[in-house]
Amino acid sequence: MRLSRRTRLGGVALLAAIGLTVSACGGGGGDDDNGSSDSTDAVITARTTEPQNPLVPQATNEVGGGNVIDLLYAGLITYKEDGSQELEVAESITSDDNQTWTVKLKDWKFSDGTPVTSKSFVDAWNYGALSTNAQNASYFYYPIKGYDEVQKENPTVKTMSGLKVVDDKTFTIELNQPESDFPLRLGYSAYYPLPESAYSDIKAYGESPIGNGPYKLEAWEHNKELRLVPNEEYDGARKAQNGGVTFVVYTDTEAAYTDIQAGNLDVLDTVPDSALQTFANDSSITPIEAPGSVNGSFQFPVDLPGFTGEAGKLRRQAVSMALNREELTEKLFFGTRTPAKDFSAPPMPGWTDEIPGNEVLEFNADEAKKRWAEAEKIEPWGDKKLLIATNTDGAGNKASVDAMANQIKNTLGINAEPKYYATFDEFLDARDNNKTGALFRAGWQPDYPSISNYLGPIYGTGAASNDARWSNKEFDALIAKAAGAESDEDRYQAFVDAQAILMEELPGLSMWYTDSTGAAAKGVKNVKFNWQGVPIYQNITK
Amino acid sequence: MPKPTLPGQERYVAPAEETPLAAVDSVQVDETPASQWREAWKQLRRNPLFLASAVLLTILAVVIAFPGLFTNADPRFCELSRSLDPAEPGHPFGFNFQGCDVWSRTLYGARASVTVGVLTTLLVVLVGGITGAVAGFKGGWADALISRVGDIFFAIPLILAAIVTLSSVKNWFPDRGFWGGIMAVVLTLALFGWPQIARIMRGSVIEVKNYEFVDAARAIGASNRRNLWRHIVPNAISPVIVTATVSLGVFIVAEATLSFLGLGLPFSVVSWGNDIAEAQRLVRSGTRLGVMFVPAAALALTVLSFILLGDAVRDALDPKAKKR
Amino acid sequence: MWWYTARRILQTIPVLLGSTLLIYALVFLRPGDPVRALFGDKPVSEATIAQVREQYNLDEPFLIQWLLFLKGALTGDFGQSFTGRPVIDLIAEAFPVTIKLALMALVIEAVLGIIAGTIAGLRKGKLFDSTMLVVSLLVIAVPIFVFGFVFQLIFGVKLEWFPPTVGGNTSFYNLLLPAIVLGLVSFAYVLRLTRTSVAGNLSADHVRTARAKGLAEGVVVRRHVLRNSLIPVVTYLGVDIGALMAGAIVTEGIFNIPGVGNLAYQAVVRGETPTIVSVVTIMVLVYILAALLVDLLYALLDPRIRYA
Repeated sequence: MRLSRRTRLGGVALLAAIGLTVSACGGGGGDDDNGSSDSTDAVITARTTEPQNPLVPQATNEVGGGNVIDLLYAGLITYKEDGSQELEVAESITSDDNQTWTVKLKDWKFSDGTPVTSKSFVDAWNYGALSTNAQNASYFYYPIKGYDEVQKENPTVKTMSGLKVVDDKTFTIELNQPESDFPLRLGYSAYYPLPESAYSDIKAYGESPIGNGPYKLEAWEHNKELRLVPNEEYDGARKAQNGGVTFVVYTDTEAAYTDIQAGNLDVLDTVPDSALQTFANDSSITPIEAPGSVNGSFQFPVDLPGFTGEAGKLRRQAVSMALNREELTEKLFFGTRTPAKDFSAPPMPGWTDEIPGNEVLEFNADEAKKRWAEAEKIEPWGDKKLLIATNTDGAGNKASVDAMANQIKNTLGINAEPKYYATFDEFLDARDNNKTGALFRAGWQPDYPSISNYLGPIYGTGAASNDARWSNKEFDALIAKAAGAESDEDRYQAFVDAQAILMEELPGLSMWYTDSTGAAAKGVKNVKFNWQGVPIYQNITK
Repeated sequence: MPKPTLPGQERYVAPAEETPLAAVDSVQVDETPASQWREAWKQLRRNPLFLASAVLLTILAVVIAFPGLFTNADPRFCELSRSLDPAEPGHPFGFNFQGCDVWSRTLYGARASVTVGVLTTLLVVLVGGITGAVAGFKGGWADALISRVGDIFFAIPLILAAIVTLSSVKNWFPDRGFWGGIMAVVLTLALFGWPQIARIMRGSVIEVKNYEFVDAARAIGASNRRNLWRHIVPNAISPVIVTATVSLGVFIVAEATLSFLGLGLPFSVVSWGNDIAEAQRLVRSGTRLGVMFVPAAALALTVLSFILLGDAVRDALDPKAKKR
Repeated sequence: MWWYTARRILQTIPVLLGSTLLIYALVFLRPGDPVRALFGDKPVSEATIAQVREQYNLDEPFLIQWLLFLKGALTGDFGQSFTGRPVIDLIAEAFPVTIKLALMALVIEAVLGIIAGTIAGLRKGKLFDSTMLVVSLLVIAVPIFVFGFVFQLIFGVKLEWFPPTVGGNTSFYNLLLPAIVLGLVSFAYVLRLTRTSVAGNLSADHVRTARAKGLAEGVVVRRHVLRNSLIPVVTYLGVDIGALMAGAIVTEGIFNIPGVGNLAYQAVVRGETPTIVSVVTIMVLVYILAALLVDLLYALLDPRIRYA
């Protein structure tokens, strides 16, 4: 099946190339569906938050900077609206053993006219991975051989041994272990290239970056706006259909929503809490909704008193069934979240709502009480309190924890209380060091569209984001099986089997999928979300 | 002692003891002296503003002591299925977002808000009063030191200072129950509120310490300390009381503002500030405004009562104000 | 007078040092790890974290951190924000906006407060006076963010008289609604101060004399009543500049204004010490200078006051 994979990638590249020629002939008048008189030089305004880092892909790991970075740069592959992949700068990405991958590049240029070469990628990744450069995205290179050496406190080598430049247009990537869906990762911003001119003064570069994406940065007025104009040198599948994108910086989403209503802003990528109830029927805007890839869950630390052993398993199931996910998503989020049926999210290839045992995620007061009573026979709960922890500086966190505590209290008749952390960093600190002593909130946004990116990092033994410290050999084996699977069907089946274990053991409670919600001003067209819940800015017109 | 009468001289004036004037000159030793405070009290009782605020504050006190008298609903019993439901019998203002009874939460919330106001004011008056009195009385280096330290705290704007402090201090009270949460807010507001009282006290003490009766007390051998606390402070404290009463209201508003910013009382405490902050989303969408306005009105009414009280007390205590 | 000014400025040094130390200590005590939070939900190696800590001097004990900050501040270097930008740049962008907003609020509250307060004081006990008394009490008693939301909803969204939010365009017109909200509470205080002061001065001896001389009522009010009544008002306004700038934290948030208040709030949430301390330092400076200015203004308003 490896062969078919290669064919598919190549085929996509071919299609993309044809598409390019067509749109180049058409002189950029690429209105695909409605053929209206929309001008292609209208500048679109969109809400963002101030980028927290210089506009260097390797330094960026948050949404405000990420939105801009994705438009300024092009990686080896890009993701289509449905999450499937499409080659961008890469001509081909091939491997015979799923461990050493050979990348061939197309002819491609940065916005200043210099060519994009193998070195542009390899140097950028080495720069991002080196610990002394302290880049926020450093973690993303961990599958590459030699990553551990450059991540030491005082590294003796400065480059990853797994990366080798063959010639200007070819390089190879050697991984620590075989990974059949590795190319899927390569669309993430950490894997974007940098021009050679970047390194001499990376700070100055981050203020006025030179990329190879569909747009280039015209000006960055800090805390006010970032103006992006189409990049003439860009020759890929994401060609700009508008005259530019201006990102307006908002510290408060509510304020941005008010501006959408008044027509002062074209696109809002997230609807504020206060408008969730009304935005779908708000006649002053165009609502945008799509299934999202964020999975919201709550995790039981393995050593949480009362939740260990056989009684603990029953109690975890009881708590899960005491939670009315329908009511929570309806009343708190007005249907903009969808009750979870598994541990990943619907936009993922291979997703299914038929995981064996997933009825444990459904509200069932009688069964919940029954299982709790069974647990009581094994080990009495006593006068303990079930705490549910969250940080309160994020939208909707407090409301959901409050309501969950009330539901558990009202259904099981036990003492359940919220435990708040004022800031995210305080909460992270407690989570990292297993100090919460509570069922704690965990949201997961995947880095690339694959179910393995939900299961492995959170539930794999010793995995980096496994803050609950759960461990299950059978589960680990299934994840490894999926990574080496020869076909998509085999891989997807392994995910189903792995999740069946999660349904039985419930190391965490999968709660809901966060739908992507946004709003556009009246008269703004072609606003769609990609699989990550980010508007596809280059297609927006007005 | 009457002058001895010379022989042949007629007495033409009756002895003082026998005239009605005796009553005028006599000193009634048992009677309490008509002090500034008694005068003020008399004045207060006739002030309609004072009466109005007294009635309001009495009602408030009853609500704080026995909130259960006015509602049967449990402020902590919340059912999501009743989220934002309108009023129904037994629930005069309907339900909030989490499905808790709005009226009941408003009644029970009085306790936290008023406790913050009262405790902060007490602390501020205590710390500010003592330091201000010492600074004004001693003068010299003590005055310079206290005044400069006060300046440091006074110069940082209250809200900004409180935000920084609260994000740090919160964890000193790890369990953050009712009292832990309240003490964090009280200490923070007091930390940056005392210099105002200290300044007023200092100015007032400097004025009073030059009065004759202070010299007289010193002349008859009163110690410095006795002089300060028995004679000067009671006569210098009235502007402090006036400011403190108004500040009480201001502190209650400050708590609500901090809660609005997410840094006030812990969310587990039922308080007006938290309920208003949580209801802000409703104002933005323009639905069920009552959920915000009921606690906001209770807050405004309470603050109003204390400001009115402060006004009335000033009218009574400030001789200049009386003249007008 | 010069000697007095110089001495006052010298006195600000310990206050400035003390307040930066105080804020530094408070931020230092803050729980959590701001550096770890930079990496979000994703894992990060200890080596990378150590590197970032070193970059921001966060690996030093707190007194050393403070001294390093002072050393930098003396040469105009206020350190770096976590976004890698010099704090001085952040402040240079945000400060003019807040100053503009605060000054607009100050002018609004001063003009309206003094006019309304004077009329109320002259007609003590009449309808206008009672109305203003109720209005001012309400304004003081209702938290400012309630007004912010209500004004935004009514004048911004429903009536569309003003843009509901400000954003990047900080023009006079755009800032007007937030400035009104910001100045509202102080307006009430100015009004009450002016009213009390005017009413008091109306019965003062020198005013009676002026009237006895046969001066026109308008002249009496302007020259003899108002001039004397303004002294406490000016004091209040001077001290209020600092309070307005801090109050902007709430107003700037509601109306999305890229000012110092927003900057400070974000910095507190992120635990970004250099930014917080720099903003506080500048606010303290503004406060001290405003207080000095007020004291010097006294000499102009009140001929009896002379500084030596």
